[in-house]
Amino acid sequence: MTIVGTSGLVLNEKLLFEHSDPGRKGYSLPKLDVPSAELPAELCRQEINGFPELSEVDVVRHFTRLSTWNYGVDSGFYPLGSCTMKYNPKVNEAAARIPGLAGIHPATPSHLSQGILELMYRLQSALAEISGFARVTLQPAAGAQGELAGMLVIRAWHEARGSKRTKVLIPDTAHGTNPATASLTGYDVMPIASEGILTLEEVEAHMNDDVAALMVTNPNTLGLFESNIEAICKLVHERGGMVYCDGANLNALMGIARPGDMGIDVMHFNLHKTFSTPHGGGGPGSGPVGVTEELIPYLPGPGVECDGLGVDCDKESYRLESANADSIGRMMAFHGNVGIMVRAYAYIRSMGPEGLKYASEMAVLNANYVRARLEGVYDLPYKSRSLHEVIFSDKDLEGSCHTLDVAKRLIDYGYHPPTIYFPLVVKGAIMIEPTETESREILDEFCDAMISIAGEARDNPDLLHQAPIRSKVRRLDETTAARKPKLRWEEGG
Amino acid sequence: MEFPEEFKYTEDHEWVMVEEGLAVIGISDFAQDALGDVVFVELPEVGVVLEAGKAFGVVESVKAVSDIYAPIAGTVEEINDELVDAPEIINTSPYEDGWMIKIRMIDASAADNLMDAEAYQALIAEES
Amino acid sequence: MRYIPHTAGDVTQMLERVGVATLKDLFVEVPESVRLKRPLDLQELASETELLREFKALAAKNATPETHKSFLGGGAYHHFIPTVIDQLISRSEFYTAYTPYQPEISQGTLQAVFEFQSLICQLTGMAAANASMYDGASACAEAVLMAMRLTRRKRVLLSRAINPRYRAVVATYCRYLNLELVDVAVADDGRTDLDDLKAKLDDSTAAVVAGYPNYFGVIEDVAALAEQVHGAGARLVTAVAEPVALGLLKSPGELGADIVVGDAQSFGLPLAFGGPYVGFFAVRQKDVRGMPGRLVGETTDLEGQRGFVLTLATREQHIRREKATSNICSNQGLCALMATIFMSLLGKQGLREMAEQNLAKAAYARQQLSAVKGFSLVFNGPAFNEFVVRSEAPVAEVLTSLEKVGILAGIPLGEDYPELKDCFLVCVTEQNQREEIDALVAALQGGAA
Repeated sequence: MTIVGTSGLVLNEKLLFEHSDPGRKGYSLPKLDVPSAELPAELCRQEINGFPELSEVDVVRHFTRLSTWNYGVDSGFYPLGSCTMKYNPKVNEAAARIPGLAGIHPATPSHLSQGILELMYRLQSALAEISGFARVTLQPAAGAQGELAGMLVIRAWHEARGSKRTKVLIPDTAHGTNPATASLTGYDVMPIASEGILTLEEVEAHMNDDVAALMVTNPNTLGLFESNIEAICKLVHERGGMVYCDGANLNALMGIARPGDMGIDVMHFNLHKTFSTPHGGGGPGSGPVGVTEELIPYLPGPGVECDGLGVDCDKESYRLESANADSIGRMMAFHGNVGIMVRAYAYIRSMGPEGLKYASEMAVLNANYVRARLEGVYDLPYKSRSLHEVIFSDKDLEGSCHTLDVAKRLIDYGYHPPTIYFPLVVKGAIMIEPTETESREILDEFCDAMISIAGEARDNPDLLHQAPIRSKVRRLDETTAARKPKLRWEEGG
Repeated sequence: MEFPEEFKYTEDHEWVMVEEGLAVIGISDFAQDALGDVVFVELPEVGVVLEAGKAFGVVESVKAVSDIYAPIAGTVEEINDELVDAPEIINTSPYEDGWMIKIRMIDASAADNLMDAEAYQALIAEES
Repeated sequence: MRYIPHTAGDVTQMLERVGVATLKDLFVEVPESVRLKRPLDLQELASETELLREFKALAAKNATPETHKSFLGGGAYHHFIPTVIDQLISRSEFYTAYTPYQPEISQGTLQAVFEFQSLICQLTGMAAANASMYDGASACAEAVLMAMRLTRRKRVLLSRAINPRYRAVVATYCRYLNLELVDVAVADDGRTDLDDLKAKLDDSTAAVVAGYPNYFGVIEDVAALAEQVHGAGARLVTAVAEPVALGLLKSPGELGADIVVGDAQSFGLPLAFGGPYVGFFAVRQKDVRGMPGRLVGETTDLEGQRGFVLTLATREQHIRREKATSNICSNQGLCALMATIFMSLLGKQGLREMAEQNLAKAAYARQQLSAVKGFSLVFNGPAFNEFVVRSEAPVAEVLTSLEKVGILAGIPLGEDYPELKDCFLVCVTEQNQREEIDALVAALQGGAA
């Protein structure tokens, strides 16, 4: 086995503020070509206390060094469950930087922004086709904001019918954003238990006339397809509710099955997961939302409309349609994270219909391959066929080692750890999502590392408890950070 | 793990000790151990009237947060100010220095209905 | 497919190891009835060359500050973007990393966020800032929700002089939370009307939201607002859509704001048709635990080295679930990095110089335009880099005729403010050369009216 993790050459670097020296300059502005002007003195500050003064070289070295302390998809395998850390194609980056796409002001009149509107229209149409929904809004900035838009749409639909339901059913495997969103929509959360997947009986037992919606994730966070989904949607509809789907795991289903065809009413996409846009160290993402025909009037606005027929629209026929009276209103100051939309559309165009389906197939194959190689070494709590991700637990681990120790030891081997301790229903969960962009060779090396670590736990558990030892810093004291929060640099502090 | 005999306990892992008409309340050794290093405690203000079974405060570790429920009804007479700056006391001394609030009980006999140490230990044996 | 490395041989061997015969067998748990039985109806794939050609053709249909003289602002600003920014954020260790949940291999992101938080605090005069929000509008909505939680009150006053799109997003977020949103009028000088505010403030008011500068480019009297708002026990939320102004203006924190939000797009982010931008969110020390969003804090590792971690996470959705301070998860990390690099480069002197240039250019434009027959200035309060112009001729006609000579003169205000239907909002930044301003004036003089 090749262990790719090494300590390498890692340079230390101070904080920006500790580099600062009065009089240094890292910018150039043109000479002022109009008379200078002044504001009344009482409105003006003396200076921005603490703001740094650095040369361009200082700044470039600073951030270059910082970047080397990070691990990205381009550094290596990133099996972070639920996050779909696939390769971020470089042509997408080039596309988003084309001046005519990157430089357009959001208030530019429609007839002077036909190109970007056409691109957005094509993207929303493609997402609608992939998911089986009647219409897609691109406005939400991230998955959680998409959830909020989607749940507001559901609530608006209820309110329009005079329905005053107060509760939302959420399975115990759900992402934390689901209950937080339900709460922000003014609903009470009623958790429901799953046995790996949701059963019709469990939903039936809770679905009453006070329940506005069921929020599901399909495939769910255990990597399992909710195979009762059709019957569950039918039941929820019969009892006057709606079904929301968290689309975080759509990467398992492109070209295979469409949530809209399963009876789901609303779903958000994560363009930064399924559609290959980079995570940027925490964002920006983009969280479009698809809905059925019935819910279109409630979508946030403005949205891109076309007076012609789909992608064959006549020129100058794309426009921004203001929100109608039933709309939940605006989610963002402008049209959402358009730069991310450009990347996602470039991905869809680069993959084509067969490519997207193949991506899902290979994502599922990869997860099942990892599962086949690690089953028996790590405890596998759910035995149904996995889709795009697989969840193990630390139950069989020896040497008083836990999931956290395995995660930290993986860093020494040169891998980003999987998602850990989620979903909450699995004690000591290790959630692995390889994605389709990893080769068999990489997966084999990763699995060898996982097997080797299980052996170390038995034979030399200290290696795990002490890990990581090759990273820039060792384990950090999170307790002190939370007890005595230091959230900013302060002079002399 | 210790469970003093003279204390009463709740299913939500609070303890109560009655002294001179006041009920002293904190969280059990089991609760502090399950939470891990306590980093923050939020307590009610003096004078607030607590309803039995309702949350009156919050205790947090780095990655968990838990409501603290009033085992019995009453008015808050005193809070343990030291916990604000040194929440770790809850880990090191859950039954003594880590007490949270003292309340003047509405019904002086309310604590009698709570679990004794033996019943509480049986409960956590079942849970874990 | 160049992004998928599997050879036919790999697939065969892997299927064998998994113990299934075909790829279709991997999907046994997906009922036949919901399977898609046709190919997706999408365009065939494009090669890299074809893709870029297609995208460039789309790009060519858009007007930008490279093709037009642009005076568009209104919450999105055309400013100088130092070359360094794109070079640095193109390091894929930054842009292909996920949220820094594993601090040992995310110190680059974490330290940069810590620096972002520090810079925002210095700029706004506040004690703590989070790791970013989606944009200024959503940050404003989150501020309103936070004020509501902290005060346990249900009434919120929104100045009509804040960006109308910010007001709209606040309304969306609050739609089903039984909150009363009340507009506060604009006075003749373009500032929030203090008398109307006084009349509407009461002891059920959780927050008052005002811009700084406001949507009309006018600089609010934050100290006077704060005095009134605090007198009623409410929180003052200051929304800063154009943070370049803070290079020159007193910080909102110094003037008494309780929550400062805004958008840092002006700090090195391309216009990108409205996003991705980056919201910022800063509070006073006592309110730190009530904040939404991620926070990075300083700590030490096992060996005593300085390091950074995500902290106070118990506020967030992945731990507190339905009781979280917000549902936000992904934020605008890379955009916050861009703003951080921008602020590092410009620094203390540069931001001030840039602010002074904006002020001077806008003052020059305002003076020139006000001398053109048929046009007048609407507000006389102190202004930064935007101002409202009233036109005797219909606004749509004026703007259209200017487009024909390659000028995007401003944003019509009628849709958002019926009383200003004969007005448009003009923005002038350091990017507008004097010749451009003179061309705008000449076009208006020469018959656009």
